[in-house]
Amino acid sequence: MADFGAYAVPAVIAAIVLFGFLRKVPVFDTFVAGAKEGLRTSVSILPTLIGLIMAVSMLSASGALDLLSSLLAPASQFLGLPPQVMPLALIKPFSGSGSTAVLTQIYKDCGPDSLAGRVASVMAGSTETTFYAVAVYYGSVGIKKTRHTIPAALLGDVTACILSALTVRLFFSC
Amino acid sequence: MNILLNYIWALMIFFSIICAAATGRMPQLSAAVISGAGNAVTLVIGMTGMMCAWTGLMKIAEGGGITAGLAKVLGPAIRRLFPTCRKDGPAVKAMCMNITANLLGLGNAATPLGLAAMKELKKRNPTDTADNDMATFVVLNAASIQLIPTFTATLRAQYGSPAPFDILPAVWVTSFGALLVGLTAAKLMEGRHG
Repeated sequence: MADFGAYAVPAVIAAIVLFGFLRKVPVFDTFVAGAKEGLRTSVSILPTLIGLIMAVSMLSASGALDLLSSLLAPASQFLGLPPQVMPLALIKPFSGSGSTAVLTQIYKDCGPDSLAGRVASVMAGSTETTFYAVAVYYGSVGIKKTRHTIPAALLGDVTACILSALTVRLFFSC
Repeated sequence: MNILLNYIWALMIFFSIICAAATGRMPQLSAAVISGAGNAVTLVIGMTGMMCAWTGLMKIAEGGGITAGLAKVLGPAIRRLFPTCRKDGPAVKAMCMNITANLLGLGNAATPLGLAAMKELKKRNPTDTADNDMATFVVLNAASIQLIPTFTATLRAQYGSPAPFDILPAVWVTSFGALLVGLTAAKLMEGRHG
């Protein structure tokens, strides 16, 4: 798997630059313009992350996160998830920055390449913030009754939880 | 949405203070307030380089017309999901572009395209109740597949993972499975309202 990653990234970069070059895109100028957008995103998420990472650090230091994990142990067992990942599964549908904050806590406690770290990574990389998407998309056109949207989307989220644990066990045999 | 986060955040703060009081971990809690806020800054600054490199690269791909090209390839499959939309109408076009932008991880580009699609869908639905196409489209966005989850990988690298992208195959299978279940559920639940 390490080899796959080591080749995938340079291959993607080469493909993008070559593609841009062939399509006569001013590659470096465009790169700089895009990087500027990235910088703006970084700056704009910083205040949100300060608030949420502070709150999650407090939860962790007070023992509340452990308490929450052990309270949720039956649910995590049912879904086949490592107990440390449960808080992430809970906050993921509500807040993107909140799940980033929980994710950093999991990396700090267990390491990014532990079972919990990998399952959390897959979970975080696989789904969007469901309630945010629902609020923004329906809110923009004044739809109030969302009918089956939320149940269907949450069913997808639960599937992502179960599959993240399954696929990590499958691909990393741990 | 923000209202909800206000409650969640306040709950996190109060709950941790009560817990710390009960378990006698108040000194650790005070330390965590300071280090947590500081860690967020270190983290974002550390990640900014790699995040900017990715947004820069994706901008090159976008400038070369990769979004429009991929949207064309995915068009037939997407049209099948929205059978009541006109085949080359503006709604389907915007939805194709939105889904492709999501696939490529162009979050900044995907949202305006998605909102444009919702506006098109709203034109034939004057009520405040979502129709089937709207529901399918929002579910699609809530479970969106991202080919290269650059943000998560950058975060993994930041915490010392030697191969932060080794989660890719697992991410692909997981997000595709979740999308499939979400869409199937949406289609199955349509019937109740018609």
